Amino acid sequence: MRTGTRSETSPRGRPSPDVSWLRLIRRHGTVAALLALVIFNALVTPNFLQLQTLFVNISQVATIAIVATGMALVIATEGIDLSVGAVMALAGALAPLIFMSTFGVEHPVLGLTAAFVLPLTVAAACGLFNGVMVSFLGIQPIIATLILFISGRGIAQVLTNGNLQTFSNPAFSYLGTGKILGLPFQGWLTLALAAAISWLVTRTVFGRYLLAIGGNERAASLAGAPVRPVKIGAYVICAILAGIAGLIVVAINSASDAARNGNLMELDAIAAAVVGGAVLQGGRAPIFGAVLGAVIIQLVKYTLLANGVADEVALIVKAVIIVLAVYLQQTRRE
Amino acid sequence: MRGNTRTNGVWLALAVLIVFGLLRYENFGSAYNIASFLNYNSMFILIAIGMCFVIMTGGIDLSVGSVAAFASVVAAYLSPYGLEVALPGGVLAGVGFGAVHAFAIVVMRVPPFITTLAGMLAAKGGALVLSGAKTIAVDWGSNFTKLGMENALGVLPWTIVIVAGVGLTAWCVLERTSLGRTVLAIGDSEEASTLMGLRVNRAKVFVYLFSGGCAGLAGVFLASGFGAGQPLEGLGWELAAIASVVVGGTLLTGGLGSVPATVAGALLLGLVFNILNFENGRGTISLSAYWQLVIRGAFLLVVILLQTRMSGGHDAADARVPD
Repeated sequence: MRTGTRSETSPRGRPSPDVSWLRLIRRHGTVAALLALVIFNALVTPNFLQLQTLFVNISQVATIAIVATGMALVIATEGIDLSVGAVMALAGALAPLIFMSTFGVEHPVLGLTAAFVLPLTVAAACGLFNGVMVSFLGIQPIIATLILFISGRGIAQVLTNGNLQTFSNPAFSYLGTGKILGLPFQGWLTLALAAAISWLVTRTVFGRYLLAIGGNERAASLAGAPVRPVKIGAYVICAILAGIAGLIVVAINSASDAARNGNLMELDAIAAAVVGGAVLQGGRAPIFGAVLGAVIIQLVKYTLLANGVADEVALIVKAVIIVLAVYLQQTRRE
Repeated sequence: MRGNTRTNGVWLALAVLIVFGLLRYENFGSAYNIASFLNYNSMFILIAIGMCFVIMTGGIDLSVGSVAAFASVVAAYLSPYGLEVALPGGVLAGVGFGAVHAFAIVVMRVPPFITTLAGMLAAKGGALVLSGAKTIAVDWGSNFTKLGMENALGVLPWTIVIVAGVGLTAWCVLERTSLGRTVLAIGDSEEASTLMGLRVNRAKVFVYLFSGGCAGLAGVFLASGFGAGQPLEGLGWELAAIASVVVGGTLLTGGLGSVPATVAGALLLGLVFNILNFENGRGTISLSAYWQLVIRGAFLLVVILLQTRMSGGHDAADARVPD
């Protein structure tokens, strides 16, 4: 499943062939953890092997997975995007404003199209802002994306006056409640997006440059890679994916709450990407790994919740998982 | 040390804002406004000072807000035993988190960003578990609330007196001790520092313990000043602290930084809000809390752009996640 390949410019070649158990865990840890979680749940959690459980988990994991794939792209350039949650809130706040406006009500089809296109354009603009700050102004990614992290949600709240916008629009809600072949629409959408991004990383020039820049930016630059456009591209894609996730959350709830949409999503997305094999020093973009990571994060949440473990304890467990996952990734590099 | 142009900006901006406030608002310079402003911002100055040390080594501490919330709960539970127990208790709770971070970063070699992100979640979860997800009222019968609500010698809030003490000590440690010099050297180049035989690990352990302790003390202030341990407080404090440090001219990649300029940065951010409140009070503008978020972000943007310009954009090469 793992599509993350090390770039050619990376100083390290193929991994050394020692076969210790630690290495096994590192190589197949993500899949092993997933299997362990599923088996544990099948034995312990009541009603786990039910379609309903699957639906609930798919519809909840989709947003994390979509954002995590974008995050994996940004992390591959040795960056980070803290603004994804705020971008979700912004896109999610805009969509209902558009299709509930007088124009949107009078022209349902145009209004609905605009309700998808405009929020995603705004999201892309946020990504452009992040990318320009990082690549042209040389501002550290944490700080560059911190700006929108703070003010993006503020803008969303200003737009909606901080009110919860509820609506009834079956066509829009399909994004969050529709089903194809009996499975939630956003699950299929997640897979399609992940496949597209994975293709972008492994099969296109953009992808090769992306991994090369993350592996060694200076070397890539000297070799003629268009460092700035590629980096900006990564941030723009990440922001658009966050925008899509924001729309899905709004569609699921048939309501837009700028204060809560995407709150703490940056943490989940970073955790999912890292659990899925992304390395913070860049150079790897495991897209399906990030999706798997998101599934694991979601399953851990669900396991704890379904077995009556309090939310707050679940936070601590998540913290331990994140540190252990990075620790294992880290030792692989050394 | 590289040029001081980075830190001049913050002092200038601070001076301009203060003069602006004094001229425009009648009560801006009143003892009440100054005391309450300093009292409220004492918590943010504290965590900014701790953050400054961490960032100077090239690290980051995202856990400070949650750790402060955790410490406020601990301090609230200990408040019946008096300030002499609750204050060290809260600080120790913070130092404890710092110790775990230091272990993960120095021994396990997990990047600071990830370690303290996990610490943020763990401290938040810990605070909620410990408090049963409720605010914990402090014991008003003991001397605990005196810390956050009374003035030293009837003039300045106790909190700000303590913060001044912490700040001066931190300044001396940074500028006058080998520990402080090592902190800066690590930020410049950890490898070179190690090769020179500097005690790199000791300094790294120190900065995380110090940042944890500062967050713990801020939590004690929080519980004492508001009369309750608040497990849900602290959201976004790490960002305010990072912003203060950046505004104060400290490079996020480490190797350069100043305690006074960080304090000035924290004051500057606080002052922007103070002035917005005054503007709201005059009725000339009516800004919701949401606009304040937008303005805070825009303000951060302006400061960063100015900094980049002043430093001649030399940090372009250093643009990366601190790890």
